[in-house]
Amino acid sequence: MSPLKIKKGSSKHSAYNLRPQFSDVQETHTLAVIVDNEPGVLARVIGLFSGRGYNIDSLTVAEVDHTGHTSRITIVTTGTPQVIEQIKAQLGRIVPVHEVHDLTVEGASVERELALLKVEGEGDKRVEALRLADIFRANAVDSTHSSFVFEITGAPEKIDAFAELMRPLGLVEMARTGVAAMSRGL
Amino acid sequence: MTRQMTGAKMVVQALKDQGVDVVFGYPGGAVLPIYDEIFQQNDIRHVLVRHEQGAVHAAEGYARSTGKPGVVLVTSGPGATNAVTGLTDALMDSIPLVVLTGQVPTFMIGTDAFQEADTVGITRPCTKHNWLVSDTKHLSDTIHQAFHVATSGRPGPVLIDIPKDVQFASADYVTPQKARTHHYQPQVKGDIEGITDLVAAIEKAKRPVFYTGGGVINSGPAASQLLRELVEATGIPITSTLMGLGAYPASGKHWLGMLGMHGLYEANMAMHGCDLMINIGARFDDRITGRLDAFSPDSTKAHIDIDPSSINKVIKTDIPIVGDIAHVLEDVLKVWKSRGRKVNGEGLAKWRARIDEWRKVDCLKFKQQGKTIKPQYALHRLEELTKGHDRYICTEVGQHQMWAAQYLGFEDPNRWMTSGGLGTMGYGFPASIGVQMAHPEALVINVAGEASWLMNMQEMGTAVQYRLPVKQFILNNERLGMVRQWQELLHGERYSSSWSEALPDFVKLAEAFGAKGILCKDPADLDDAIMEMLDHDGPVIFDCLVEKHENCFPMIPSGEPHNKMLLGEASTKDAIKEGGAVLV
Repeated sequence: MSPLKIKKGSSKHSAYNLRPQFSDVQETHTLAVIVDNEPGVLARVIGLFSGRGYNIDSLTVAEVDHTGHTSRITIVTTGTPQVIEQIKAQLGRIVPVHEVHDLTVEGASVERELALLKVEGEGDKRVEALRLADIFRANAVDSTHSSFVFEITGAPEKIDAFAELMRPLGLVEMARTGVAAMSRGL
Repeated sequence: MTRQMTGAKMVVQALKDQGVDVVFGYPGGAVLPIYDEIFQQNDIRHVLVRHEQGAVHAAEGYARSTGKPGVVLVTSGPGATNAVTGLTDALMDSIPLVVLTGQVPTFMIGTDAFQEADTVGITRPCTKHNWLVSDTKHLSDTIHQAFHVATSGRPGPVLIDIPKDVQFASADYVTPQKARTHHYQPQVKGDIEGITDLVAAIEKAKRPVFYTGGGVINSGPAASQLLRELVEATGIPITSTLMGLGAYPASGKHWLGMLGMHGLYEANMAMHGCDLMINIGARFDDRITGRLDAFSPDSTKAHIDIDPSSINKVIKTDIPIVGDIAHVLEDVLKVWKSRGRKVNGEGLAKWRARIDEWRKVDCLKFKQQGKTIKPQYALHRLEELTKGHDRYICTEVGQHQMWAAQYLGFEDPNRWMTSGGLGTMGYGFPASIGVQMAHPEALVINVAGEASWLMNMQEMGTAVQYRLPVKQFILNNERLGMVRQWQELLHGERYSSSWSEALPDFVKLAEAFGAKGILCKDPADLDDAIMEMLDHDGPVIFDCLVEKHENCFPMIPSGEPHNKMLLGEASTKDAIKEGGAVLV
């Protein structure tokens, strides 16, 4: 590529993880974005993704500092490495955005999502649903003679697996919060 | 000491404290309290435009010719929506604007009130940032922050939506000194490691080229000065985008001319053949790069930009430097000097010799013959007759814009106002009004096509009312020239809707507005007609009838790399291949 034999990439101070070529491998990254909790800030973030054609796999937002009025937006997105870098840079341009963290590259992180699942059924199916819920450490938060509402917390894959198991047992409704994520350690 | 005042008075006070001397605007119900305050003072001049789009372009012209933010005041609803094109234009070209819009009272927002529109919603994607002020106590602070955001980092337009009840209510005024410090503080100093890498590359490069853009102009006069010093000291050839013209003087000996789709042969060939490309404040726009996978295949690419998102957006950069151009160039010069002012002299000499061969192609040559004025000739004569003047040039969008960039020489920054990124037809005339407001004594010329010019012709009223002697130099080919050129090249010469059948008599039009009109159709009369335009102390519409089917060359056909340029005499048949035809 470079006839001048210049060191590829940039310094450790730089935000850029330069790769030899723009790769077309799709990667999924979890971003934590700290923003001012002001009107329209979520619209700015979502508008950026729709306007520039980026993917949102999951997005959660809530105020995390009530005195400083800052919110944390957790976004799971998929794209090529170059697109992911663009997304981070574009998020950084939004005026009320304070920090953008790519939890996927900044070391190990934990991801959790909460889901509520309504399962309808009687007899054996109902017993089986309860048994599986126990295995997945899901709690029944509502119960009638013919239905349960289970609450389950975990990584998105665990919730997917639980939902797949519940489907033949009478899964009729599901609500998911989307991912909240944090880096491990300090 | 705090001062209580109404929101409307606060707006005027805050503008004064921010050093604003001119506001471009148009009144309406939701901004009447602010207009009432403007009426009762003399520090800020208000220029009444004839359409809100004109107000925003005028403010852009003001901003680009002064380096200060342009200020716009319009009403709610249609006032705000008419400003959207100008806002988008300013966002694409990174022009600092503060746009104030009136809004229906807070208690009526969401009720589909008369002249209500979701202004912050509509303008969110076309501003750098925007605010809806819901309480007078936040108003002055918000205005000060708006100026900070518009002018720091990569500049851009911001908008403040002010409901009418907020304008009437009173609160304490906050001075700029007392305003909250905004967390938005973009990095201006470049990373020294990247700068050292760049200097090392400059020392070794055999075929380096500077590729500069609007970022140099936006960074301020110091950036242009440092750029000139760096070019002269290193002897590295320099080309520029449309947006960056004037940062390095056209008369400078290392100047290659503009690059890109209608750039000069030598500039594009240098970009294609270089081994070190130093991008300073440009953004690898598609008008510049042409076909991406064949773009400057053998070069190391350095990129200096204040906006991190510009780096690696379309072209992979080997040496990225995030920072303000003036700050970075100062450090580059410092490091380069401290390391002994080295360049690859032998390589550079060969490189310059090769560039001189390319120059000999003389890609801008044209032959003026017969009784019809060639547009190139018109601009050539305009250049000859005005180049000594204190001159500012605006343009509309199309062939005339490219010819102006090719045939006019820009010696200084902030002298060239053109819609680059958005390509807004109708930009140039109102922009020239903004420039003339900022520079009352200067010669302000808007090089226009008749089709673009008609898009904002209502601003003749503004020019006449404020006695602004703007010269509207219209290259009239009775065609949408660039559209026609593309139809010729890639749509089988089917000229669908690209000619104007009912053009006005521009001389009579000028007279109807109380201005002067000049018609010129004979090359022999051109010089006298231009002199007549220059000598007239007032706005002039210069209707220059030119060759109707002239094409703009050189041209990189879409889908082709830099070294596949079409020159004037070349055959244009099948120049654009199937893949290129889908590109714009």
